[in-house]
Amino acid sequence: MNQEFKEIEYSEIPALAKRMLAGGYRMVQICGVTKEGENELVYSFDKDHEMVSYKVHVPFGTTIGSITPEYWAAFVYENEIHDLFGVEFTDSKLDYKGNFFRMSVKTPWKGAEKKDEGAA
Amino acid sequence: MGKRTIVPFGPQHPALPEPIHLDLELEDEKVVRAIPSIGYVHRGLEKLAETRDYEQMTYVMERVCGICSFGHSYGYTGAVEGLMDIEIPDRAKYLRVIFHELSRVHSHLLWLGLLADAMGFDSLFMHCWRIREKVLDVFEEITGARVIMSFCKVGGVRKDVTPEMLNKVAGVCNEIEKEVRKTGMVFMKDTSVRNRLVGKGILSKQEVIDLSAVGPVARGSGFDNDVRTTEPTYKALGFEPILRDEGDCYARCMVRVDEIIQSMNLIRTAIKDIPTGDFCVPVKGSVPVGDFAYRVEQPRGEGFYYVQGNGTKNLSRARVRTPTNINIPALVKTLQGCDLQDVTMLVLTIDPCISCTER
Repeated sequence: MNQEFKEIEYSEIPALAKRMLAGGYRMVQICGVTKEGENELVYSFDKDHEMVSYKVHVPFGTTIGSITPEYWAAFVYENEIHDLFGVEFTDSKLDYKGNFFRMSVKTPWKGAEKKDEGAA
Repeated sequence: MGKRTIVPFGPQHPALPEPIHLDLELEDEKVVRAIPSIGYVHRGLEKLAETRDYEQMTYVMERVCGICSFGHSYGYTGAVEGLMDIEIPDRAKYLRVIFHELSRVHSHLLWLGLLADAMGFDSLFMHCWRIREKVLDVFEEITGARVIMSFCKVGGVRKDVTPEMLNKVAGVCNEIEKEVRKTGMVFMKDTSVRNRLVGKGILSKQEVIDLSAVGPVARGSGFDNDVRTTEPTYKALGFEPILRDEGDCYARCMVRVDEIIQSMNLIRTAIKDIPTGDFCVPVKGSVPVGDFAYRVEQPRGEGFYYVQGNGTKNLSRARVRTPTNINIPALVKTLQGCDLQDVTMLVLTIDPCISCTER
C-alpha cells in the first residue's frame, strides 16, 4: 500500500485542495494528531486506488483555511478536528461552531498546559 | 413557494436504533435542506491509545462497533503490522478474508432486515435475520463469541481453524446462498419494495466522487472505490467489485444483495485455496517511531486506519475513519428535494452505523 506522506505548510492547504479537486482526487480523510506545541493534520486523497497523504504542522492558536469550498464533505472532519483538537478553520461551508460533538471535556486532545504554551 | 417548516428527525426514531439527528427543512412535503447532528454518544475510544498498549488497543478497536467489529480489528492490526513491518503468514491472510466476508454477509443481512422492517415488511425482516443467525452460529462455534470475537491479533489470527470446520463453513455458505437467492428476489421484484426504493435518492457518479462517498453507496452509482480491488489476497481470489449505474436506493440495496452472493463465492474459494502453515507470527517489542495508514473495505465501505508510533508500546495516535462518517454528506445531498415520506429509506440506504461514527 502506498505510504506517501508529503509535508506542506498550513498556508498551502486551500491551494492543495484546489489542485487535488482539479486532478480528480477523492478526499479520504483528515486526521489530527497532538504534538509538542502544535497539531499535526494529515490530509489523505485517493485516485484510482492510490492514496496520497499530506502532513501539515499547525502551531496551537493558528487558524487555517477550510477545504469545504472544494470538498464540501470535509465539514465532517474539520468540525471534528475543531471540537477535539481546537483547530480553527476559516471559510467553512458548514461550521457547527463547536457543537459537532457533545462532550463533557472541551477539546480533549489539547491539554490546558499545551493550550497556554501555544498562546505564548 | 409553500410554507417552510423544520421537522426534527431523531435522535430517537423508530427507523434508527442509534442516535443521529437531522433538521429537515420542508417546503410543504418536500425536503429543501437537511442539517445533520451527531456526537450524542461520542466515546473517545481513539484517545484510549494513550493509556493502552498496541495489543490492548486491538480489543478497544473491535469494540468500536458490534456489526463491523471484525473489520475494525482487521484494519487496526493491518495498520500496526505495517508500522512494525510485520509480514503475517498467508494462512492468516486467508482466515482474515474468510472472517471479513462472513462479517460482510451478516452485516448486509442485518441491513436488509432493517430496511424491510422500516417498510413494515416484517416477514421479510425476520427471514433476513433468520439467515443471518447461521453466520453468527459459525462465529460462535469457531471463536466462542457471536459478535466481538477477538479473532484478529497483531501478527495474524488468534487461533487456527481446522479443515473440518472450514468444510462446515463452506456448507453453511451453500445454505445461505440458496436462501439469499430466494429472499433477494423479494427485494428485486416485490412491488411494495420497488415502490419505496426505485428512483429515490439518486446520486450520480460525479456526486459520489465529489462527496467522497464510499461502499455500496458509491458502487450503487457506478463508482469503484472498493479497497478489495487492490488487496493481494482478494486479487488471488479473483475479486471484482459489484457496480450498478442507477444510483438510487434500489441500486444500493441490490449491490448489497449481490455482495452477499459474491462473499459466499469468495469464502468458498478461500477455503479451497487456503495455504497450510502458521496462523500467526510472534510479535514483541515497542512500535517504532513513524506512521502507517491502512484501508479495509468494511461492509459499509472504506474504513481508514492510521497509527502513529513513538518508540514505546503506546501509540501516539490510533485513528479510525469509519464509512458512515463520510457517507453522511452524501445522505444530506440525497435528502435535498426528496419527499418527507422517503426520508427513512434514504437514511437507511447509506446503512448508517452511528456506533462507528461515535467511536
